[in-house]
Amino acid sequence: MTLAFFIMMVIIMLASGAEATLKFLESRPQLTAFLSDEAKPQQIELLKAKIETTGKVNSIKFISKDEALEIYRNEIKDNPLLLEMVTAKILPASLEISAKSLSYLPEISQVIKEDPLVEDVLFQEDVVSTLNTIINGLRKFGLILVSFLFTTSLINVVIVISMQVARHRREMETMSLMGATKGYIRGPFILQGVIYGVTAAVIAWLAGWLLLLYSTPFLVKFLAGVPLFPVPLIYLLAVLAGLLLLGLVIGGLGSIFSVRRFSKSSR
Amino acid sequence: MIKFENVSKKFGEITALEEINFEIKEGEFVFLIGSSGSGKTTIFRLILGEYLPTEGKIFFEEKDTASFKGKALCELRRKVGVVFQDFKLLANRTVFENVSLPLQIRKTAPEEVAEKTEAVLKMVGLWERKDLFPAQLATGEIQRVAIARAFIADPAVLLADEPTGNLDPETTKELMKILKEINEKGTTVIMATHNSEIVNELKARVILLKEGKILSDEKKSKYLLPKDV
Repeated sequence: MTLAFFIMMVIIMLASGAEATLKFLESRPQLTAFLSDEAKPQQIELLKAKIETTGKVNSIKFISKDEALEIYRNEIKDNPLLLEMVTAKILPASLEISAKSLSYLPEISQVIKEDPLVEDVLFQEDVVSTLNTIINGLRKFGLILVSFLFTTSLINVVIVISMQVARHRREMETMSLMGATKGYIRGPFILQGVIYGVTAAVIAWLAGWLLLLYSTPFLVKFLAGVPLFPVPLIYLLAVLAGLLLLGLVIGGLGSIFSVRRFSKSSR
Repeated sequence: MIKFENVSKKFGEITALEEINFEIKEGEFVFLIGSSGSGKTTIFRLILGEYLPTEGKIFFEEKDTASFKGKALCELRRKVGVVFQDFKLLANRTVFENVSLPLQIRKTAPEEVAEKTEAVLKMVGLWERKDLFPAQLATGEIQRVAIARAFIADPAVLLADEPTGNLDPETTKELMKILKEINEKGTTVIMATHNSEIVNELKARVILLKEGKILSDEKKSKYLLPKDV
């Protein structure tokens, strides 16, 4: 059960990490439309309005030639030779567009490309579609795997507690004949199941947390620029709460199934 | 207190009890006698509500036991102390824990549990052995533990299913003395036995069973068991 909970925790963290990465990408300008040098402010305003009417954008920001130079200078400030060679004249003005969803990017790009003011459109179509595919796959695979692990953990608890019930059957029968209530007889077994579940959840969480600590340096490099780390403590505590709840449900349900079979055979 | 009205109990094709009628009043001492398979244990199980009759009705304190379910059934069982034929002592618990079990089930305060268990164990002469496990006791001691457990919660009725079986005459006498004391305190005692000596000595009411039927139900000063019983 600990292993099952550990795998569940890894899946939950992978899924929420991918989700956070996607949200981060969605919050940044994802599409840049480079404008021709002839574009006039009124025409640019008209183009902005045209893009906004699609209803699929969060924000549009105009970057003038001078602003483009400033950005460029910031990016290559360590290379003075390049700084000298580039002037505002050779850099195009642009529109930086942030879409409501990354899936809207191809459609927005199509609308922009049709406009004669636009010389070129740049967006990382492959990265976005790959990330979307990964997230969707992770969700489906995660759901199937978590359901499978949930079921096997439940069966596990049922088997373990059923063995305990079988071992204490005589004791349970005797107590029942002495007037013990079902709650009194079932209580220790249900408590045992819950303890199994909760212990497995805590151990799995600790193992998951250690794995996260161990892999953080690698992940920080791999996801350079994506502000996922350090993982907030509140998130880790929420995962722990989720696992504890799952442990309670699996342990409790499993032991209730096991002892109910005894109760059905006695009056 | 306990009334059987035309009670029959069948297990498939086998008839364990047939048309049983009797009434036991509060404070009585009654022997149930009969050979193995005559239906003595089935009567006990019917009184405890472990079985329901196939036909007829059983009344406990004027209430039909078939109507007892859930908590009401627990309450009925708490009024009945049982010395089981196989004792049903819990092997992993000490003498003290076994005897105090009915009080634990009733969630009695720990001080009262300690006090009552000590008194009952002293009454059956097992206080010195309170920390031993059933496997460490002699048969007679096990039977006394079973009686102590059945009696500790002051039940209205005490059912004793052949409690003197396999005991030597001395221990049997001791056990009967305890059961008599319990009865003198006002508890109704119903005892199943094969032992005619006990029956004769106590001069109590005797219900004779054979093949699930009552052959006789009377109080005699001397009782001779039929040869086939």
